[in-house]
Amino acid sequence: MNRRFFMSVGVAGAAALVGIGEYLMITQNAPPSPFTSGVGGAFSLVDDNSKRFTSRDLLGKPAMIYFGYTFCPEVCPTTLTHMSAWLHALGPEATKLRTVFVTIDPARDTAAKMKEYLSGFDPNIIGLTGTPAEIATIARDYKVYYKKVPIPGGSYTMDHSSFIYLMTAKGKLDGLISYGEPDTKAMAALRRLLRG
Amino acid sequence: MTKMTRALAVAGAMMLAGSAFAQPVQLGTLTITSPWVRPTPPGAPSAAGYLSIVNHGAAEDRLVGATTPDAASVQVHEMSMTGNGVMKMRPVPGGLAIPPGRTVTLAPDGYHLMIIGPRQEFKPGERVPVTLVFKHAGKVAVSFPVANGPVANGPVANGPAAGGSAAGGQAGGAMPGMTMGAMPGKAPAKP
Repeated sequence: MNRRFFMSVGVAGAAALVGIGEYLMITQNAPPSPFTSGVGGAFSLVDDNSKRFTSRDLLGKPAMIYFGYTFCPEVCPTTLTHMSAWLHALGPEATKLRTVFVTIDPARDTAAKMKEYLSGFDPNIIGLTGTPAEIATIARDYKVYYKKVPIPGGSYTMDHSSFIYLMTAKGKLDGLISYGEPDTKAMAALRRLLRG
Repeated sequence: MTKMTRALAVAGAMMLAGSAFAQPVQLGTLTITSPWVRPTPPGAPSAAGYLSIVNHGAAEDRLVGATTPDAASVQVHEMSMTGNGVMKMRPVPGGLAIPPGRTVTLAPDGYHLMIIGPRQEFKPGERVPVTLVFKHAGKVAVSFPVANGPVANGPVANGPAAGGSAAGGQAGGAMPGMTMGAMPGKAPAKP
């Protein structure tokens, strides 16, 4: 873990700083923390144009990755709105970054649903979905916690990790942006990531 | 009452040249202010509604639910964030308590109306008719403007609401001047 890593970690995140031990003991009550080494790994998903998108497609450019779901009324659209604003503020630099929204609710978030939903946000954002097993793999490797929670009326919500992951062009974790992080701090982290 | 409120709201909106103006709504000893619904991304299967409720009475009431013709169903939910950055959203069991003499605010990062299955995209400037259901006071119709944050309340100033919400400085969640569904960079040309 390097210095930069800590710099882009929010206060709430810092409070969650734990060792890899917690991850190894993952249970429903102990969500895995991304504040450990070894975030990332091979994955194979489907993009919002229904084309295969694998971990190889992420390499070569720094990446900003967010995990969420479209049924989320507040945190996910808010985060995607902020991400869109940051990309807009980056201007032409935004294309030097790969920005990805991965659903943790593949049962409802089909490629077509992701495409429709993301049409309301910055066009640089790529939507990714997959089979439950494929999503489980990327969530495990990125230490993303998610859990289905039934609500009255037969529907369900998803508890899920709310961090934005910043990855280098070589697929290493560069830092995290916490929910509610001020735009100025997020922009500084993105500019640093782009400088490499 | 409802028609009157709507008429006033419409008149107000016209006077303010289309701005989302909303009169406080009275139901017994409850006053409902600052209703708003977040704009939805295209095809979004849910939406969030917010408001403040002042209880001028001597007894507790509870916001137990809501309905709208514009969506499949509405529930009262609470969003919370754990120390590990895990977002959770849960129905509020037994409804949201509105203690006597208090103002309870449903605001981003705290309580919200979970609007499930909007029948169409909610766009800024539109209105969503919602019937709020209270345990004791009964039902009341409130017109929720679609906006990126709470809107001006008209002649009755209630001041900042106290209690009931963990809302920070994130109201609306969007950067100034941003509208969901009309994202900068999305349109072919920006004026």
